[in-house]
Amino acid sequence: MQTDYTYTDDVVVASAQAHTGQGLGTGNPADAFVVEPPRTRTKKTPRRTRTNFEMLAWLFMRLSGVVLVVLILGHLLIMLVLDGGVSKIGFAFVAGRWASPFWQGWDLLMLWLAMLHGSNGMRTVINDYAEKDSTRLWLKTLMGAATVFTVLLGTLVIFTFDPNI
Amino acid sequence: MPAGTLYRGREGMWSWVAHRVTGVLIFFFLFAHVLDTALVRVSPQAYDSVIQTYKTPLVNLMEYGLTAAILFHALNGLRVVAVDFWSKGPKYQKQMLWSVVGVWVVLMAGAFYPILQHTLTSWFGK
Repeated sequence: MQTDYTYTDDVVVASAQAHTGQGLGTGNPADAFVVEPPRTRTKKTPRRTRTNFEMLAWLFMRLSGVVLVVLILGHLLIMLVLDGGVSKIGFAFVAGRWASPFWQGWDLLMLWLAMLHGSNGMRTVINDYAEKDSTRLWLKTLMGAATVFTVLLGTLVIFTFDPNI
Repeated sequence: MPAGTLYRGREGMWSWVAHRVTGVLIFFFLFAHVLDTALVRVSPQAYDSVIQTYKTPLVNLMEYGLTAAILFHALNGLRVVAVDFWSKGPKYQKQMLWSVVGVWVVLMAGAFYPILQHTLTSWFGK
């Protein structure tokens, strides 16, 4: 005897076909109990996302991280460990270092990579813990504004530094 | 408190927690550090007077703490890269974490005197 099952596969998607949003489509009522995997593309998802932003952000974190290990550990070694540690630091010491384009470039690259790496990390943390849409938006806007300001200020300082001020 | 604040515990979760905590701490310091360095555009005196606070015992100790956070974040970050890009990375993630901890302990022990020498010599003489 044929039983008339009523179920829908509008949003319930097999993990094996998570990207299609079409469900299993086998007609088996057990399909209705397939758990929707995280980030499933449903019928509400645009057919094509415009960019690979999240993948590029993920890749940037790894690439910038490796470069930052060298830049920042070198910076700590010079500033806090070698030649008397923190004692030697002062305006004259900064003027001596920024007389060289090599150290200007080092600090500029370090500033940009560290700020972008840090702000993208903070974006992830905010996305994870701020549950309200408006809270997330405000926190990220505030953090983004602070980041842009700090990067521009630091860049300006490196390029306009005057040892005879 | 969001539900489910404990994932699986053990090395994988706790290294992830430590990576977050150190990352956020370093990011906030970075803002302060760019601002204090920007004082070189104001006057040598303004810059030197702020750098003076970096040489007080308490802040000197915080520099050692900052180094601890950065060093862990750097070494564990390399472990994350290895887990993501090395085919055997996930299999050896625990061993890599304990290697990170081992290298961190050795480097922190080695950095103790150089970083705190300013405070130590002012207290106990050379």
